[in-house]
Amino acid sequence: MNDKEITRELYESIGVDVHKHEPDAARLVVHGNEVVGAHLVPGLKVETAEKTDGIEAEIRITRGVKIEKPVQLCFGVLPETGLQHIRLNLDVEQDAKASVVAHCTFPNAVEVEHKMDATIQIGPGAEYGYFERHVHGPHGGVNVIPKAKINLEERARFKTEFELIKGRVGKLDIDYEVTCHAESVLELMARISGRGDDSIVIHETGHLLGENARAVLQSYIALRETAKAVVYNTITAHARGARGHVDCKEIVQGEALAKAVPIVEVNHPGAHVTHEAAIGSVDSKQLQTLLSRGLNEDEATDLIIEGMLS
Amino acid sequence: MGILEVRDVVLKLGGKDVINHLTIDFWEGHIHALVGPNGAGKSTLANVIMGLPGYTDYEGDIIFKEESLKDLPIDERARRGITLGWQEPARFEGLTVYRFIIAGAKVKTSERVKEVLAEVGLSPENYMNRAMDKTLSGGERKRIEVASILAMEPKLVLMDEPDSGIDVEAIERIFSTIKGLKAKGTTVVLITHSLAVLEQAEHAFLICHGQLIDKGSVGEIEKYFKSKCISCNHQNVPDFGDAL
Repeated sequence: MNDKEITRELYESIGVDVHKHEPDAARLVVHGNEVVGAHLVPGLKVETAEKTDGIEAEIRITRGVKIEKPVQLCFGVLPETGLQHIRLNLDVEQDAKASVVAHCTFPNAVEVEHKMDATIQIGPGAEYGYFERHVHGPHGGVNVIPKAKINLEERARFKTEFELIKGRVGKLDIDYEVTCHAESVLELMARISGRGDDSIVIHETGHLLGENARAVLQSYIALRETAKAVVYNTITAHARGARGHVDCKEIVQGEALAKAVPIVEVNHPGAHVTHEAAIGSVDSKQLQTLLSRGLNEDEATDLIIEGMLS
Repeated sequence: MGILEVRDVVLKLGGKDVINHLTIDFWEGHIHALVGPNGAGKSTLANVIMGLPGYTDYEGDIIFKEESLKDLPIDERARRGITLGWQEPARFEGLTVYRFIIAGAKVKTSERVKEVLAEVGLSPENYMNRAMDKTLSGGERKRIEVASILAMEPKLVLMDEPDSGIDVEAIERIFSTIKGLKAKGTTVVLITHSLAVLEQAEHAFLICHGQLIDKGSVGEIEKYFKSKCISCNHQNVPDFGDAL
């Protein structure tokens, strides 16, 4: 297949018509460790280097530039086996603003590894939003290992959502660590649905170093059959006015196993961090309401989980 | 013969008789009221009829359209045409009103959802995409619950305390919806200790301590309830509710 055909097939696997791309929106398409499509806009600088063991990408959003339309990223592996390793350096310079919608698709995976090692720098007053949606096949043969070190300078804002609710998870091991300076705002959210023998491990850490820095870490996970999930959400607060909240909800069905470990460390009297974690079966009142409308137990459970993960 | 026959039902919870040899017939297409003081066993009977967990181990029998409900789970009872309007409707974080209503609707179209929302006095434009969460008031959730029942088109509706936690305008809407259900041939059972709700019914059953004390016209039962029950200090068995 040539690059156009690969691009089209990657987008088809996530239900997107490649011909309907907005011409003025930036995009980057990576299959395996090769760039197969790219379109840039002013203020967005991308340099890539294809290596034998992965791909290196330097992305820079230059000072003061505000990119109106979300940058579209598509990462994927179409064959049943393969390795995709992305080493990313992202720099959102002072007062710049951009958002990214990334689709990661592995529709036929039997033995695929998708690794990302990212260093992300959000400059003073800059804003960066990152929405990552995974579409996996039915086999669960994907090993997803995203790791990121993120630094938010003063007044920076960083919001990310990780969604994996279509297809089998396979193995997922997220590790994000974020340093937040004064007046910065961090929001991390993960919404994941696991089944079969899927394995989910999440480490998310926010260090509130500066005054009035704020962070919210949220994880919503549904587990069925023999799937397992362990969530470590950590917020440390070290300055006056720092505020943080950790929220983890997990629904467990069948033989699934869930563990939530919220860690809160406060070492300044003017800081405040809260946490809540709830693990259990579906809410009995919700379930009985839907059963009393004629849905069977599976349909009702699916709908409740759909709500929690929406 | 009624559409729903409760035949000598006994239910023990925590070693106590909460339904005590109760026999009642509900007539097809009529509006009935089950009235009685708090803890009399009214909601418990509704839970038994619906087959909720913890309320299925009863003696006697419950017959719906000549079929025993014994051993039928909630969803099977619902598919036969029975449903329950909850005293305190559930919240569904993350689901829209549209998604909730259409899930149990007999006709699964957005037009049908709009119709039932309009019928309970909620503007479809404002409510179709609202989240079924804590941003809705008690009255709004109650009306959405009734809209979902309308969309389901059941044969028999058990409405547990339809006036609880809602304002005057909402209760008037719910009363008119109850009459609309009857007009379509649906049997309605109102569970209440409110005289305003009782007055919406055609027939009434007075329950105390899980037993049928009296039955008859709404006027007769209202008179008895006002004169004997409101002032009575009789200690009923508390409802076990969600503790089960």
